[in-house]
Amino acid sequence: MNYIDTSLKVVGTRPIRPDGVDKVTGRAVFAADTRAAGMLWGKVLRSPHAHARIVSIDTSKAEALAGVHAVVTAADFPEIVSEEAFVGEGPMNFRDLSMNCMARGKALYEGHALAAVAATTQEIADRALALIDVQYDVLPHVIDVEAAMADDAPVLHDDLFTAGVDPAPTKPSNVAKVVTFRKGDAEAGFAEADVIVEGRYTTQPVHQAYIEPHACMATYAPDGQVSIHSSSQGHFMVRAYTAKLLGLNLSNIRVNPAEIGGGFGGKTLVYLEPVAVALSRKCGRTVKMQMTREEVFRASGPTSGAAMEIKIGAKKDGTIVAAKQILKYQAGAFPGSPIGPGCMCGFAMYDLPNVDVVGYDVVSNRPKVAAYRAPGAPITSFAVECALDDLALKLDLDPLTLREKNAAKNGTKTHYGPTHHNIGFTAVLDAVKAHPHWKSPVKEGQGRGLACGFWFNIGGESSAQVHVNEDGTVTAATGSPDIGGSRASIGMMVAEVLGVPPTTVRTIVADTASIGFTFLTGGSRVTFATGMAATQAAEKVVEDLKRRAAQTWEIPVEAVEWKDGKAYPAGSNAGAFEPLDLATLALKSPRTGGPIIAEVSVNAQGAGPGFGAHICDVSVDRETGQVTIERYTAVQDVGKAIHPSYVEGQIQGGAAQGIGWALNEEYIYNDKGQMENPGFLDYRVPVASDVPMIEAVLVEVPNPRHPFGARGVGEVPIIPPMAAIGNAIRRAAGVRMHDLPMSPPKLRAALDAASG
Amino acid sequence: MAKNYVTTTINGEQTEFLCETQQTLLDVLRDVIGLTGSKEGCASGDCGACSVIMNGRLVCSCLVLGVEAEGATITTIEGIAQGDKLHPVQQKFLEHAALQCGFCTPGLIVASKALLDENPNPTETEARYWLAGNLCRCTGYDKIIRAVMDAAAELRGESVG
Ligand code: FES
Ligand code: FES
Repeated sequence: MNYIDTSLKVVGTRPIRPDGVDKVTGRAVFAADTRAAGMLWGKVLRSPHAHARIVSIDTSKAEALAGVHAVVTAADFPEIVSEEAFVGEGPMNFRDLSMNCMARGKALYEGHALAAVAATTQEIADRALALIDVQYDVLPHVIDVEAAMADDAPVLHDDLFTAGVDPAPTKPSNVAKVVTFRKGDAEAGFAEADVIVEGRYTTQPVHQAYIEPHACMATYAPDGQVSIHSSSQGHFMVRAYTAKLLGLNLSNIRVNPAEIGGGFGGKTLVYLEPVAVALSRKCGRTVKMQMTREEVFRASGPTSGAAMEIKIGAKKDGTIVAAKQILKYQAGAFPGSPIGPGCMCGFAMYDLPNVDVVGYDVVSNRPKVAAYRAPGAPITSFAVECALDDLALKLDLDPLTLREKNAAKNGTKTHYGPTHHNIGFTAVLDAVKAHPHWKSPVKEGQGRGLACGFWFNIGGESSAQVHVNEDGTVTAATGSPDIGGSRASIGMMVAEVLGVPPTTVRTIVADTASIGFTFLTGGSRVTFATGMAATQAAEKVVEDLKRRAAQTWEIPVEAVEWKDGKAYPAGSNAGAFEPLDLATLALKSPRTGGPIIAEVSVNAQGAGPGFGAHICDVSVDRETGQVTIERYTAVQDVGKAIHPSYVEGQIQGGAAQGIGWALNEEYIYNDKGQMENPGFLDYRVPVASDVPMIEAVLVEVPNPRHPFGARGVGEVPIIPPMAAIGNAIRRAAGVRMHDLPMSPPKLRAALDAASG
Repeated sequence: MAKNYVTTTINGEQTEFLCETQQTLLDVLRDVIGLTGSKEGCASGDCGACSVIMNGRLVCSCLVLGVEAEGATITTIEGIAQGDKLHPVQQKFLEHAALQCGFCTPGLIVASKALLDENPNPTETEARYWLAGNLCRCTGYDKIIRAVMDAAAELRGESVG
């Protein structure tokens, strides 16, 4: 059923989330909070070298230390053949992931895991690590993406031959693949242009920087049954990777989803779980592992940094006639940067006749990248949205007018193939135009920037159960880890369908043995896809309740209607019966067919893309190069906000992450290829005093493919901030910043250069 | 290695524990006593997830040694609510949806309570600077600051919308 034009009682309100009290009292159990009798602590030995051949690893002294129960190296893991994995978010290869969890043959980045120990205390585990003797043959390394593409660059993988070029290369290189998207004839388009803007932009890798470090606890029982508690964006993902990396059956592994302390894409793959299971298998004890913050930075995935070239040509009236981009994305030590979405998202917002995009996926001696909110899109959009601002300046056009002129609409064919349907970009631009922030004059000494963002959003496989308990209260179970309030939105959709208050629905996240397969929490899919499964399960329950009422009244089921949590006879012909509420029907359930429960699994399609536009006012301290965000407004088409507070929260949080990406965050490497700022003191994420209130404006263009019209919302908001801030700086200080982060030293240098 | 015997008061209750000299108060709370509400986000004093109030002062428990707790009075997140009655800061965090993943939340609630104990009428800027030692990666701080300001008003006996 579709509820888009019906009057809603629960959806769209702001109830307190079901897991809220646990989280404000410290009772919520995150992975690092788990304990078991006889538990050991596992720790990982990591490479100090950015690139080295592993000559030998001698673990005998560590094994002999009192209190040490197991030591593992790559020799304890099966050697896996190259095979593409469709388990996490973005491209992945099982062999690469295995070698990322435990280095085999070579250490490919500083922080790469070489061995792990399990000991009775953390302190003994640390001492054991120091006793492991590794002999290295240190190799030349390469950090920068363009340096890694050079002919004479140190090659990371002897068997990596660039895919996507013809003829296939005969020499291995660090370029894993080349992707191209073409529409029309870009060169012919540029020949027609009255104005052309060009630019070269770079972005730095930035870490998701979830506050909770990776953690897990695992037990391998003597009968081969494995149990894992871990913090991840998908416990089915953890199960799939662990099974593959250790050669186990899925049915022998049960993964319990702990609360997750932030992920943003960074917990869509495994680092510790297979290692903890391998350690437990070796010693028969439960093993708990947690990363230090330093390990999180050195060994878990940030998103790509990139070098980009862009060229846009337009007519005098602002109509864009040609656009071209070359994108070089760092993948880290193994192939798999988000170059695909990078090539698609930047220009996806505009109706462009001639487009030419070429992208490179490039490995170098850095940690393997992981997904980070709208993977690939913020990077490309930094270049596109800055270039559009230059175009607006050159044409003396309002930047909003320029976007309006070229905005993608329903029916616009993208340069990567699909045609847009049911999109709300125009509505977003209208909301910008009408917003008091946009209409207000820019304050003296400040500059105002505008930038837009597009993300596909995904659907996919989800399972949900709805149980009516014996007293008429309701439990809704799904397979989606709740990373930012999805229990609330799922419970609300179920409550809406059942016609009960949301407080009577308890939403839980069920483990891998207790619910059907559910793809991970990523791609902004949970409220859409899992919400669809939960809605359908609730509808099945309503059908069942109607049948039971019909049976009780001895009337046909068509003569029963369900309203406000009760069965009513439909009209006077059906008979005069007192309505039956959930509690009464639940009480009678043994006599009407037994427990009342429904489970629905879906492979949801039609996620409905999201568009956003951010307005940002900044002031620039010319003496220090410090940028202050004075006012920030984020407008986004969310389809339908199920719980508006959590939708706003996603938008505000994404914008703040983008502000950090724009102004501060970067990896600093020394000449040995070692990261010099692996902590929150020197890798500076925004703190409360760095940001103003962030106004989230919710535009609702319903997505017809979702029962309530919802679209994914979590990813779009991180796309516009870098360019919005860059454009604001350009207008406040007169300098175009091409390189992220736009930190005080860089801005100072640019201001100095400009004043010559 | 001989362990140290420490007597302290945690959340109003006299508590005794044994700890190794190098163990931090955070390790003791989490691993020895089993109060896992205080979180470890960095173990270096940079994230505030481990915030507790010790002898009336807001501290990062990862920067305090367990042995330093001798004779001290400590409030952790587990001691902020009175029985089943939430502290206004906790209640306002819920009402304003000031948490997403909730990992930073215990530290932020302890830090906010410490702020309001000391300054019942903070400006938004004062609240932002006081809480600058508590990282939240999910929310962008907007709803957190609103929750704290609203809790402050309620504690002062003012009602705001
Ligand atoms: S864990 Fe203590 S400040 Fe981060
Ligand atoms: S709510 Fe996730 S870090 Fe604050």
